[in-house]
This record gives sequence, C-alpha cells and structure tokens, in this order.
Amino acid sequence: MKILVCLSKTPDTTAKIAFTDNNRKFVTDGVQWILNPYDEWYALVRAIEIKEKDPAAILHLVMVGGPDCDVVIRKALALGGDEAIRINAEPTDSFFVASQIAAVAREGGYDLVLTGKETIDFNGASVGGMIAGLLDIPFISLAAKLELAGNSATLVREMEGGEETIEMKLPLVIGCQKGMAEQRIPNMKGIMGARSKPLKVVEPLTVEPLTETVSFELPPSKKGVKMVAADNPEELIRLLHEEAKII
Amino acid sequence: MSVLIFIDHSEGLIKKTSLEALSYGAALAKQINVSAEGVLLGTVSEELASLGKYGVQKIHQVSQESLNQLEAEQYIRIVAAISESTGATVIVLSHTNTGRAIAPGLSARLKAGLVTGATALPDTKDGFLVKKNVFSGKAFCTVSIKTPIKIISLNPNVYPVVTGTGSAVIVQENVQVNPTGMTIKSISKASGEIPLTEAEIVVSGGRGMKGPENWGPIEELAKLLHAATACSRPVADAGWRPHHEHVGQTGIAIAPNLYIAIGISGAIQHLAGVNRSKVIVVINKDPEAPFFKSADYGIVGDAFEVLPKLIQAVKKLKGVS
Repeated sequence: MKILVCLSKTPDTTAKIAFTDNNRKFVTDGVQWILNPYDEWYALVRAIEIKEKDPAAILHLVMVGGPDCDVVIRKALALGGDEAIRINAEPTDSFFVASQIAAVAREGGYDLVLTGKETIDFNGASVGGMIAGLLDIPFISLAAKLELAGNSATLVREMEGGEETIEMKLPLVIGCQKGMAEQRIPNMKGIMGARSKPLKVVEPLTVEPLTETVSFELPPSKKGVKMVAADNPEELIRLLHEEAKII
Repeated sequence: MSVLIFIDHSEGLIKKTSLEALSYGAALAKQINVSAEGVLLGTVSEELASLGKYGVQKIHQVSQESLNQLEAEQYIRIVAAISESTGATVIVLSHTNTGRAIAPGLSARLKAGLVTGATALPDTKDGFLVKKNVFSGKAFCTVSIKTPIKIISLNPNVYPVVTGTGSAVIVQENVQVNPTGMTIKSISKASGEIPLTEAEIVVSGGRGMKGPENWGPIEELAKLLHAATACSRPVADAGWRPHHEHVGQTGIAIAPNLYIAIGISGAIQHLAGVNRSKVIVVINKDPEAPFFKSADYGIVGDAFEVLPKLIQAVKKLKGVS
C-alpha cells in the first residue's frame, strides 16, 4: 500500500482577511500559517491510521510551495508519514498545482492519493478531482469514511441530505472531509522524529495555468443588528415578513 | 457554439440548484450570444421539454437508468463528449456534491479553466472574469479564465430561478455507458427533509440548546417555515445532531435567504460557514455573544422562553393553529 497525501498551507482560521496592492494581494503580515485543516485533520490523519494498521504501508506527503512551506511540512511529518516532497513553485492555480502533484503521483505509483475536500482560503475544491482526471483514475469527493481491504476500498460519501456507502477498486483519489478521522496533536517524539525525516525538494514542470486571480474584495459590511425584545418575538416575525420580506 | 448546463436530479426530480444553473446559463448564453443547452444523464419523472421556460433551447439526454447514480468518471466522460459535439464554449454546473465530483475532472480533461463557487454572472466585456467566494465566505475574488472553453460551478442560492415561456427540444444521445467500477452498498437518505444546501431558510441550534432532547421546538419552527435544520460544531461533535447538519468552516457552508441561529455564540469558524446568508437572526441569552455583530436581527433571551412564542407568532402568520 502506497499513499500520497496532498497538503496545502493556509492562513489560520482566525486570521484577519485584508488585501493590499490595489486589492490584488492578501495581506500576510501577522498571519499565522497552518496546514489546511481538511488536509491535516482528515486526509493526513486517516492515512496515518491506515499505516498504523499496516506498518508496511508507505506514506508520502506532498506540497506545492516555496521554502516558507517547510515549517508546516515538518509539522505534518511530526504527525506521521515517511517522507515529504515539496514541489518548489508558487501555486498559481488549481490546474497548475494538480499537474505538479499528478506528475509526482504518476512516478510514485501510489494506490491512494488523499486530499482535503477543499482549502479554507481559495475554497476551490478542485485539485483532487483534477489529479484524478490527469491520472485517469476515479475520484471520490466529500468522503467521510474510508476502509481498505486488499485492493478495494469501502467509502462513505456525502450526498445532498444523506450519504452513500460505495465500494471501489484502487487506485483512487479521495477528497476527505469530517468523519474520516479526528484531529491529532503531534507529540514530542513525533516532533523530534520529524526533523530527521527526508523532505525532498523537486523542481516543478512547466505548466501553463488555466486561470488567473485578478483581484479580491471584502463583502459589504452589515448595517448593524436590529434588536427585538425577548418577550415580543411577534415583532421579529413581523420584521422578517414585512421589512426583510423573506417569510 | 453554446453554453452547456449540467442538469442534476435526485429521486426523479430536477434539483433546485439545477434550475438556478439553467437560469444562470441561459442569461450567460444571451450575454455572449450563443445558444443555451442542457445535458441530463439518467431518467427523471418530470417533462423535460418544459425546462425551456428557464431559457434553454435544447436538452441532451442520455436516458440510461444506471446513470441515475453519480459515478464521476462516467459523468465526466459523457459530459465532455457532449460538450465537444455541441461546441460548448462554457459549461455551467452547480457547486454541489455532484458538481464537486465532476467539474475538476472535466476541467483537467478538456483543459478548460474552472471557477468553482461562482457568485455572479461573468464579466465578458474584456476577457472572461468570474467572481467567487474565497476565505470561506469572508471575501470574494475575481478570476480570469484564459482558456477557449470555460467551466463555472455556481454556488447554490446566489442566482434566482428565472421563469419565462418556451419549450426545449429533447435530443436523445446515444452514448456508450461503460460497466461501472463502483458498487453502491447502501444509501441512507433522510427523506422528507430539505437538503441544507438547497434550503432557503435554515434554523440552527448550538450548545445553548443544552441537549439533543431539546431540539423539538427547533424542528417545529423549521417545519413551519419549510426550513432545513442545522447545528454548530460542538453540537455535532457531542453527537446531539448528525454530522451532516454541521455548518461552519469545517462543516457545510450555506447561503440561505434566512439563517436563524439559536443558542450559537458565533465563533469565527461558525460564521465562515453562514456569513453568506442574506439575513441572519440571532437568538442568544448572552448579550455579548459575538454573533450579534454579524446579525441583521437579534433577540437577547433564553431560547427556551423565546422559541415557543416565536413558534406561536409564525403559526399566526401562516394561519395554522
């Protein structure tokens, strides 16, 4: 069993969102960078659990990014994994990132490629499906459970208003979400061990992005809250009906 | 040349998100002066020609029952083939579970630039610029698609369903459907409930509800308003409510017309999942709850006292006793 977990670096969930340079750049001053929670909590931890059950499994981590990503990659290695690969390029768009990872995945011959369901910054939800498309293997999005038995995988995937249990043959690309695993905190042994794990840096392929981010904007601020007395919810219903006109 | 709109369905009925996508795709087709066509895989009980009222001229259908079940690879292959044969320059899907499963693969296959979670019609005056949500609803960005074929997945509940008159021509497509590599073991569907991402009104409860046994009034209020029920992360984590009801940064992101939050303090991670709601009502006994800052209407009060009165008021409005 050979597993590749795709990781991304994102601003912390509580980071202040602001833009500069004529709204073209995200303000990174004071921003704490973390592993994208979906990648870390669900994809990575589930892969680690699989390896714990099957110690012969090989677990590699991959991220597309510059040297500033090494800190979060080491954090991922502190949780688990045998080695990490950093593709040394600024991630420009999802197709660029997916093409870089697909090349690594093709060469490594992985049975499973796991990603988070989306990143919490660009919310693209695209890289996993694109990797599968480029490798011509199946993709399961929004997977909430994964069990392996030999060459086949049983997955629970979310559908609108319910879920489906499906069985598929490997290799697969899976977009992981809540339910897959539980967040873990790295222990001291993991943190110390991570320092000596290999972190390979590879140079990117030349890939033309398909899209380009032009500018950002913040949503218009709310007008402020209109308070209604607790003993008069009828007034709230009147406002929703007559003023907001939504019920 | 055409805008090709992917029409999704479930249990024989076309999804509301697809009616939004049809309306959006038809408006876009008009804007760039091409035809609007739909593609539907599988079978539905509705009469397809009537979808013309949303502005599509033609619908390509592959009427094979095995396609009623989502299998991404198969869908991607067929939609790509129909897109090529119809000369589609834009493919429109919904940013739903199905859209997430197939849009990225289509993009890779057709080398077509993709924007997921679009929130408005593209600006096509000079290039092809699509606005989308980023930072989990905390900001927007504008993305330029640079490829000849473009793919857009539309966020649910951001574009209105526009109904006119008209009838669509149905074209039965003879596409080879490959034997599937996927076996469905079981399907569990909460029938009768409104899917969260499609709901126009959502009633949501947090830790302030104190326990799963107290959800009766939330469900009653939701039923009266034809709303879906949701919850905050601690509630789902404690097992009071199923995980698929969890809205927030790590749960589902929703954008209903009305979000009623009861006993939820409004942590930034929760807001990330709901701040695209058009109107937010917050009911919380703590006047300092941060959620009030993002709300449109608020009540400071005990949920257990406010809810029964609120239910009475809705009953009175709706004329039910």
